[in-house]
Amino acid sequence: MRGSRKLPVFVSFPARALGLALLGILVLPLLALALASSPAELAAGVRHSLFLPALSLSARTTLVSLTIVLITGTPLAWWLAVTASRTARVIEVLVVLPIVIPPAVLGVALLQGFGQSGLLGPSLALLGVQVPFTTTAVVLAQIVVSAPFYVESAAIAFRKVDVDLMLVARTLGASPSAAFFRVAIPVALPGLLGGAALSCARSIGEFGATLLFAGNLPGTTQTMPLAIYMALESDVRAALAISLVLAAIGLVLLFVVRVGPAALSARDRRPDDTDGGGAYA
Amino acid sequence: MSWEVRVRTRLGALELDVELEGDDVPTVLIGPNGAGKTTLLRIIAGARSPDDGQIRIGRRTLVDTDQKLEVDPEERGVGYVPQGYGLFPHLRVVDNVAFGLSTGARRVPLPERRRAATELLTELGCAHLSNRVPRNLSGGEQQRVALARALIVEPHLLLLDEPLANLDPSSRRRFRAFLADHLAARQKPAIVVTHNARDAAALGTSFVVLEAGKIVQRGTPAELRAQPASEFVAEFFETPWTA
Repeated sequence: MRGSRKLPVFVSFPARALGLALLGILVLPLLALALASSPAELAAGVRHSLFLPALSLSARTTLVSLTIVLITGTPLAWWLAVTASRTARVIEVLVVLPIVIPPAVLGVALLQGFGQSGLLGPSLALLGVQVPFTTTAVVLAQIVVSAPFYVESAAIAFRKVDVDLMLVARTLGASPSAAFFRVAIPVALPGLLGGAALSCARSIGEFGATLLFAGNLPGTTQTMPLAIYMALESDVRAALAISLVLAAIGLVLLFVVRVGPAALSARDRRPDDTDGGGAYA
Repeated sequence: MSWEVRVRTRLGALELDVELEGDDVPTVLIGPNGAGKTTLLRIIAGARSPDDGQIRIGRRTLVDTDQKLEVDPEERGVGYVPQGYGLFPHLRVVDNVAFGLSTGARRVPLPERRRAATELLTELGCAHLSNRVPRNLSGGEQQRVALARALIVEPHLLLLDEPLANLDPSSRRRFRAFLADHLAARQKPAIVVTHNARDAAALGTSFVVLEAGKIVQRGTPAELRAQPASEFVAEFFETPWTA
């Protein structure tokens, strides 16, 4: 198999060089970031007044947006997975649309939707609610950019749940919701987890839509990526410290995306556990 | 206990139009790929409703499209062992079997349902598999576990879809005998779908042939062999066929 995929020498050398060049472009900046600051400078960055409020705001908003995405996205993904109608396919395209639309455009769209002169603005104003340039706006922007990743992964995972598995559960006494929670969710869990991690990574890094729709107000709408933007103008050490924290979070989430599903699948494939007292039991 | 299935439904290119009835003797359903055998079992189990028809087990009507009656799968008293067995990959064998006692009307506390599952597994000769996960089981082991899981809710009608299809020849012979003994001893209605003439002959004496959604012949194996109604039946029993 491997032999058949080998390239001829006159192709393989330049191909390898090109591949290495790309690898360099991808890895070098991150390496430079990791080596940029001394521990003392990092400590100074962490102590910077921008750091903690941004970290706290990012953590809170991402938690809220992720929760909302999971609660609303899971049933939607299930419906997309089990429905064969043309309507479902159209809705699926609408759901993933934000993936291909630039975040800045989404920010403008959100303003048109919820802004004072936007579609829902006047009605919201009547209720005394103002959305743009508030923490709610940050959460909304995160939901819009991140939900498509979760819904798409979850729908793919749910499609792999065998229809007969669900039918067996029903014939054994499970209601539709019991079959969903006790069979579909556990069987699809690796995919759901991967989708959630991806969606979380997208939320935490959200910049463009947030900047336009929520602004860059320390404590209210200044998440970590926005704090980097501001810190670059005043104190590079703070920008570097925040960047490193974000990169570390990204690494953890990548680990969840890549290793989590495999580990969960391996759980169902554990070689043997006949003693009953093993890790699985 | 007698049962009766009369369904007409359209599914893609398949036009299923079937009238079937039986009693405590297993009914063996044979037919070529795409004949609608699995679709029929799924309709009986309650996966989808027929466009038109009735399904009755004993005195209980499960489906009657004229009266807009359709009993939910969990209340049908039908045991379903799908092709490939459909074991829950995330549950150990004992919890797969105990599933039917963990939810709905038959729910009992955890120790009680694990005990019941272990008893049933012991009866089927596979108590030693209790703590294994489905992926580590051989085809034959999976078949027994899936059977135990279906039986724990004491179904009135047992549906087995190609129960021996995924087995290698030697375990196939062993589990064919096991299943045949079990079905004979159980003395309750069952529908067994199979492709294989030897499996069919071992598992029952009441044969029904389904082709392209229609029943083309029914009878004992001897009757079918003597007068095959289609090329498929002739091929199945390896008897000469003249159209």
